[in-house]
Amino acid sequence: MNIHIPTPLRAYTGGLETVSISGATVHAVFQQLTVQYPEVKQHLFTPEGKLRSFVNVYLNDDDIRYLEAKEETAVKDSDELTIIPSIAGGTSCCR
Amino acid sequence: MLRIHYKEYEALRAHGEETYPNECCGVLLGKNTPGNGTEAMNHVQQIVHAGNTRTDSAHNRYHIAPQELVKIQRQARGLGLDIVGFYHSHPDHPAQWSQTDFAEAHWLGCSYIITSVEQGKAVLTNSFLLSGAGEDDKQFDDEAIQIDIADAAAHNQKGQE
Repeated sequence: MNIHIPTPLRAYTGGLETVSISGATVHAVFQQLTVQYPEVKQHLFTPEGKLRSFVNVYLNDDDIRYLEAKEETAVKDSDELTIIPSIAGGTSCCR
Repeated sequence: MLRIHYKEYEALRAHGEETYPNECCGVLLGKNTPGNGTEAMNHVQQIVHAGNTRTDSAHNRYHIAPQELVKIQRQARGLGLDIVGFYHSHPDHPAQWSQTDFAEAHWLGCSYIITSVEQGKAVLTNSFLLSGAGEDDKQFDDEAIQIDIADAAAHNQKGQE
């Protein structure tokens, strides 16, 4: 399946925007991704192996956090995964 | 360095005026030229307005829905462009990054543009490059903005022919 890599992580995928990785589940695909591109791992996962809180992962149009089986969701080769870090902020100061 | 067309630059400032007294936000599409120091450049070729989902505190917070970001990234791919940064406004606050901006910034190598909007009028626009190798050593660096005006003039002239 194709995984779309956000701009900041392309430094660790040889500049590729899209990488093709095989696997039966989202978890398996991620495992293989980090084997193929080891430097990606620390940016996606905490040392405990949890997906970092600011990293959103979409299976096609669905946030995997809201899928019933979450990272154990089965995938097909025609599916697409998109990794998208969050974007937020603000002035901080209260008025 | 951030390079942006005058038309896009004015459009993102106008977006801040439109949403005042709330914060606006959006995405910068373009191309990144990697490099050290002044060699690195994010060249913006298109801006995309985004919705601010922080309706509970839109005057001092912004957040772009990840689903919208996925769509924008898809749009960029279709155009042969990349997400090279983001912009937002600071209503009645300086055009400087806040602790919240820093804590919530995760797109290393991307530009974060901030426009101060005072009493509904866009005043200063600054850009900050999020540099570093990861969350532990990231930092915001002041970034020069190069505004392409000549192209805009030529474009306008052509449009009037």
